[in-house]
Amino acid sequence: MHQIIEKFTKQKTDADLLRFTTAGSVDDGKSTLIGRLLYDSKAIFEDQLDAVRAATERRGEEGINLALLTDGLRAEREQGITIDVAYRYFATPKRKFIIADTPGHIQYTRNMVTGASTANVALILIDARHGVVEQTRRHAIIASLLQIPHLVVCINKMDLVEYSEATYETIKDEFYHFCSKLDIKDVHFIPISALNGDNVVEKSEQMLWYGGTTLMYYLENVHIGSDHNLIDCRFPVQYVIRPNTDAFHDYRGYAGRIAGGVFKKGDTVMVMPSGFTSKIRQINTFEGEIEEAFPPMSVTLLLEDDLDISRGDMLVRENNVPESAQDVDVMLCWFNEKPLLPSKKYLVLHTSREVRCMIKDIRYKLDINTLHRNLEDREIRMNDIARVQMRTTQPLFCDPYRRNRITGSIILVDEGTHETVAAGMII
Amino acid sequence: MNYHLNHLRELEAESIFVIREVAAQFENPVILFSGGKDSILLTWLAKKAFHPARIPFPIMHIDTGHNFPETIAYRDAWVQELGVKLVVASVQEAIDQGMVQEEKGYNASRNGLQTAALLHAIEKHKFDVALGGGRRDEEKARAKERFFSHRDEFGQWDPKNQRPELWNLFNGKKHIGEHFRVFPISNWTELDVWQYLASEQVSLPNLYFSHRRLCFQRDGVIMAMSDFINLKPHEQTLEMIVRFRTIGDMTCTGAVLSNAANLDDVIAEVATSRITERGGRSDDKRSETSMEDRKKQGYF
Repeated sequence: MHQIIEKFTKQKTDADLLRFTTAGSVDDGKSTLIGRLLYDSKAIFEDQLDAVRAATERRGEEGINLALLTDGLRAEREQGITIDVAYRYFATPKRKFIIADTPGHIQYTRNMVTGASTANVALILIDARHGVVEQTRRHAIIASLLQIPHLVVCINKMDLVEYSEATYETIKDEFYHFCSKLDIKDVHFIPISALNGDNVVEKSEQMLWYGGTTLMYYLENVHIGSDHNLIDCRFPVQYVIRPNTDAFHDYRGYAGRIAGGVFKKGDTVMVMPSGFTSKIRQINTFEGEIEEAFPPMSVTLLLEDDLDISRGDMLVRENNVPESAQDVDVMLCWFNEKPLLPSKKYLVLHTSREVRCMIKDIRYKLDINTLHRNLEDREIRMNDIARVQMRTTQPLFCDPYRRNRITGSIILVDEGTHETVAAGMII
Repeated sequence: MNYHLNHLRELEAESIFVIREVAAQFENPVILFSGGKDSILLTWLAKKAFHPARIPFPIMHIDTGHNFPETIAYRDAWVQELGVKLVVASVQEAIDQGMVQEEKGYNASRNGLQTAALLHAIEKHKFDVALGGGRRDEEKARAKERFFSHRDEFGQWDPKNQRPELWNLFNGKKHIGEHFRVFPISNWTELDVWQYLASEQVSLPNLYFSHRRLCFQRDGVIMAMSDFINLKPHEQTLEMIVRFRTIGDMTCTGAVLSNAANLDDVIAEVATSRITERGGRSDDKRSETSMEDRKKQGYF
């Protein structure tokens, strides 16, 4: 008992959080793989397993259908498909993991994009019997567009190709060749059999030719410390805290989450859009004052001077400012059944800022399977990805998405229905 | 300097961001409070989010009338400590007014009736958003839930038609009469909650720790004996050493045999448990999709 307490007290101080996304269809073994990761890390409980076993039986299926664990909605269970993003959790003493589990079919591109938006790692599954297929390319392209820092490619069902090294190498070459056209920084390959557990948590006895690590080891050790931007200081003001009590009569705190860079007490900061400068008097948290703040901390900043600052403004450093732009080039992923209307006004949400926009120009539509740029078809429908130019009513204080995923991302909202109709990455 | 947050601090930062976003985007928020550890965590994080100011929203308890007395005592002390206003929505009143019908039989529970009382209170007080302590790891329908979850004018959830949620951009736009449910601790697991509450030294209801109590067994679940329970002829009460992993109504919350007397013991027990915390909740066991069905109608 004592050891366990020690183990978890240890985790409390130095475990970090890794978010990864998977995409896949019914047959490629994704559910089996997730089921195995959860089961082997003891994140599946006996009563859950009993419920899944009973549900499998009721459906007249054999064995345990692990997809029933992740496919939680009635419609998904009825149709045997994953419709939406499901979030799953497991932990090892080294890390806590959040899986964004998404469907892989092209009609769910928007769900894959959603799952990818916050991920540190994209896990791509390839069926060793089929090699790189359209769906593999699509997943890799989405990972590249959404700038997921790390890609791990699991070549699955190795048991069905006699654990052949040659097959593994061929698929690896094929994938390398394809992804040289993409903007992917870090790729890692692992031959696995999710069904038998080869190289998932335990090293495979069947593939002694493979000298690399298991998937779990990779997930536990991939370096994510530099996934945040620690260079460009960006603090979108989210909310102004004014206690209005005797003890804190003149307190005016700017609450928000650090979107980039390291802010230090005493730093000179500039307010956008006003351009006024001041010094950071205090960085406050509930625990008290701290000396410096970095992403993704939620803090409250107090300035030396009494300036007019409100939600939607941004605190930056004078010598390193984001672009202040009304004409913005964006890679847009369309989410809504109603196609994009170029003459229509949409709401733009960007950091804590809210403006309106019009799409001025559709430069090209991207074929999500081949990367082909389609210059002819300008109609943007659900699940389409297109490069567009938009014009906003007020300037956005933005960075290229490649540089900062927080200050480089937007969503578009339909003013009539209030639905989120698109997500965009600023170029 | 190592610019790195551990997982609990990162979860905390995310939750505080979401809570502040609610204050910024909505006119009239309310925090739903059940007296359980998740709503205690939620209010604790809200306190942190607005420090040194007070939490700028009231707290609402949906009172089924079947609470553990310990829950009510804890609630009143906690509200006083936070210095916030308490709104109580009573299920008994909803029954008296004929808005809902009490269930009959041995397994009668007021769990489902809470939805009517909740929706009525949201309408009456014109709340445009209710923050809740729901977590995605609790239950399979909750795994699909958004941070900002839209409810139509009838308070219904449409799980197949949810707004995509990307990065940290939360869309709280709505028409008049609609409202939102917001779940700031979506990404916390049961173990995260315990580890964090332990490290923050938050005081908790003693129901969570092992104690002696008069209990009985029904359908394999240990239940606390109370005035709200009709024993079946063969059922017998017995004193047991138990604690609760979740706190709901006395009529639907199961206990576990446990000697875990403090937070460290509880953490060790949770870390090695092979049964989910909701394994003792008879309200979840009514059908394979009972949580989804209740949530569609407007449940927490």
